[in-house]
Amino acid sequence: MEIPYTVQNRPDTGIYNAKVGIWLFLASEVMLFGGLFSAYILLRVGAAPGEWPHGWLNVTLGTINTILLALSAITTLLAWAACKVREFGKFKFFHACTIVLALTFLGIKSYEYRDKFMHYEVQLQPSAKNRAAGEFADGHLVAKSGDFDLAKKTGFIKLHGHIVKDRKELMDLRSPEAQAAQHEELTIAAADIKKMENYAPRHNTFTAIYFTLTGLHALHILGGTLVIFYLWGPGSRMWKTDPERFTNRVEVSGLFWHFVDLVWIFLFPVLYLT
Amino acid sequence: MQANVQQFPPFRPSEAHAGGGDHGHGEHHEPGFFSKYIFSTDHKVIGIQYGLMALSFMLFGFGLMLMMRWQIAHPGVPVPVLGPLLEKILGQPAAGGAISPDLYNSFGAMHGTIMVFLGVVPLAFAAFGNYVTPLMIGAPDMAFPRLNMASFHVFFLGGVVMLVSFFIPGGAAQAGWTSYSPLATTIPTNGQAFWLTGMVLLITSSLLGAVNFIATIIQLRAPGMTWMRLPFFVWAQFVTAFLLLLAFPPLEAAGLLQLMDNVAHTSFFLPTGLAVGGQLANVSGGGSPLLWQHLFWFLGHPEVYVLILPAMGIVAEVITNNTRKPIWGYKSLVYAALAVGFMSFIVWAHHMYLTGMGQKIATFFQTTTMIVSIPSVIILTCMFLSLWGGSIRFNTPMLFALAFLPMFGIGGLTGLPLGLAASDLYLHDTYYVIAHFHYVVAPGTIFALFAGVYFWFPKMTGRRMNEFWGRVHFWCSFVFMNVVFMPMFAQGIKGMLRRMSDGGVNYSAAVVNKTGTAASPMIDALPGTVMQLNGWILWAAIALGIAQIPFILNLFWSISHGEKVDHNPWHATTLDWQTPTPPPHGNFTHEPHVVRGPYEYSAPDHATDFTPQDEAEGPATPKPPTPQH
Repeated sequence: MEIPYTVQNRPDTGIYNAKVGIWLFLASEVMLFGGLFSAYILLRVGAAPGEWPHGWLNVTLGTINTILLALSAITTLLAWAACKVREFGKFKFFHACTIVLALTFLGIKSYEYRDKFMHYEVQLQPSAKNRAAGEFADGHLVAKSGDFDLAKKTGFIKLHGHIVKDRKELMDLRSPEAQAAQHEELTIAAADIKKMENYAPRHNTFTAIYFTLTGLHALHILGGTLVIFYLWGPGSRMWKTDPERFTNRVEVSGLFWHFVDLVWIFLFPVLYLT
Repeated sequence: MQANVQQFPPFRPSEAHAGGGDHGHGEHHEPGFFSKYIFSTDHKVIGIQYGLMALSFMLFGFGLMLMMRWQIAHPGVPVPVLGPLLEKILGQPAAGGAISPDLYNSFGAMHGTIMVFLGVVPLAFAAFGNYVTPLMIGAPDMAFPRLNMASFHVFFLGGVVMLVSFFIPGGAAQAGWTSYSPLATTIPTNGQAFWLTGMVLLITSSLLGAVNFIATIIQLRAPGMTWMRLPFFVWAQFVTAFLLLLAFPPLEAAGLLQLMDNVAHTSFFLPTGLAVGGQLANVSGGGSPLLWQHLFWFLGHPEVYVLILPAMGIVAEVITNNTRKPIWGYKSLVYAALAVGFMSFIVWAHHMYLTGMGQKIATFFQTTTMIVSIPSVIILTCMFLSLWGGSIRFNTPMLFALAFLPMFGIGGLTGLPLGLAASDLYLHDTYYVIAHFHYVVAPGTIFALFAGVYFWFPKMTGRRMNEFWGRVHFWCSFVFMNVVFMPMFAQGIKGMLRRMSDGGVNYSAAVVNKTGTAASPMIDALPGTVMQLNGWILWAAIALGIAQIPFILNLFWSISHGEKVDHNPWHATTLDWQTPTPPPHGNFTHEPHVVRGPYEYSAPDHATDFTPQDEAEGPATPKPPTPQH
């Protein structure tokens, strides 16, 4: 038994099976990310005035990641073109570039995640020394004393950050005041802390949707990288037996990769630039 | 047996691979048990796997419902027979063998989930679609056989996760099959996280299946099988696959978000100032409960057509075969199915009239809802008209298919008051709604699925199911189905709400106490007759359960003892009947060349009253018995 049109195009549809499959799959992916982007829009439109944060993400890193993915889209295309003209060495080179670019992207992404998890917003006790009631300390965790325990009120933490009078000041980090703020090392005793929370998904709806969208996207990058790595490494044996089919595989995985890039092209402005 | 029906040599599995020895797969050997039945990539085996699993889940879901009906009719009274077992397995929630309100909620949520996502969809779409679609279009298998297997395995895993959730502390999900937030997040058990994980797996499985079906139908149609020669069943599966492909991902998105709410404590669906048990919840807030409802129903409504379209496809095949005439209005059917598929994406908010949406939006969704009913009516009308002037064979599949028509009609027409905001405000969340959608799905879709099982059983096994017990099954199911669901319309109209674990006893008592009299003009206590109906429904449901016993026994008994039949016992025209029985690996002994439409019954100058799709023009001549390669 042989399933027809696994390699050759079906004459009346002009396309081979896997290409139909991947386009359909991408259609469902559009609906998946479409649903999440709709959620983003609804949450943002529904946010109370001043509650939606701006400037929380590092635009430089975002730009670098955008460029990395754009380059990887080019190398993916070149890898497929190399297969088409039957130049296996070039295919190996270009897809090696793709893999390196993708892994760099993931590395930068995990650095950004780590940065958010180390970033704390600390609500101070009204009684805290030299502090007015309701002030916030905001910054990155530098050190935690060994006996630090919020419940027992023992120990202290060191943050690299600054003190703000009102939580609202943290919402727009692009404002002149926020830009002008002096960041220094702050030592805060556990007894002075009313509530302390890092910029994890639960922090607010922005971090929630940021982590969900970019996390799901990063999983797609990871999946795509694994597939491309398979085709580059063990899967490339098919080149010797069935180069036509192998080229199709490269094309199909490339279509997926371009979709993942495209999602990032939407994610970057939506999350970083607005 | 007809004299000029094409004949096939008896099929032996060892010959299955003999045909294409030229494609370098090396030697073939008889596959072992695991590769034949567990890790099979053959669409027919996968179809049967789906079918058996879905039927088992439907029985299980039915069992949950029986226990719920007991609790509704006899609140707090230990469940007879099963009570001690329940207490042993589930512990505290079933203390004393009675069903606590929490357990009732779990059973309700899981009954809906299991019936929809683990019962009807896998049976209607995955099982029949897998088994029949490639045969009908003349394909050797699905386009992506290994993906097909993966899809079943993911489905299986999803089913396991759902079942396991009954046994975790606190039990299974309790927030209804719709899992509205914030309720779904604030119930302090892990049931919901299991439910969501299971759903993500089931959705993934459906997606893989949908991609496979569409690619198969587009790419693997046999030569000559043009779009307008596809049997209506294939069209129905095609539209269904698109609905699954495009409507399920938003629910997957919603599921991921709710999973984040439950596990990472985000606030996607939790509003600012949310209080739980009188305490301000420790969440950031800022989320929107309505967002969940929009994402859920964006799936939820197309899902209705996922449930009904394959059923319509089955009914079309059975009716046209048993009236011995072409189906009436084939093209109208096809375009109506496409229209229904498209429209089903823009009606979802008619499930949400009570959320206080603006009148303009409500008007839009009322209008689209009325429009979406038109193609459904076209389909039903075509099937009714197909009966006209036919020489009808009243066999078991036909009886079920015929019963589908009025039952689905009742279900559809009673949906109209729910589609209009003014009447929905009153009927929303009452038993009227339950009766409405159960008429669509239970005596509607499930009857069509029974028709399909009786109809294609001879293709799968080479034997017919017992006709007498089939009729017993039909008539008992038909009567008791109606006795179960018809009274619910009355209960709903009288104001009995869904999801009351005591069947309305406390509600009635509270209303009487508050108003001081038994009857207030605005808020009425439930009349005694309405409460009494709960008892009748319970007994009808038990009888309905007993009526399934002949079916189950018949199904297994007939595998080895049924009347032996040839490859085309119903004298059908479509390609699924023009192969040996059961079809070998690769389906066809020769590549079929399709020369005519799907329903050429009773052609005037033809020797038999049916002309198979691949039978060449001109006088029918027997084909050579051995396939040419």
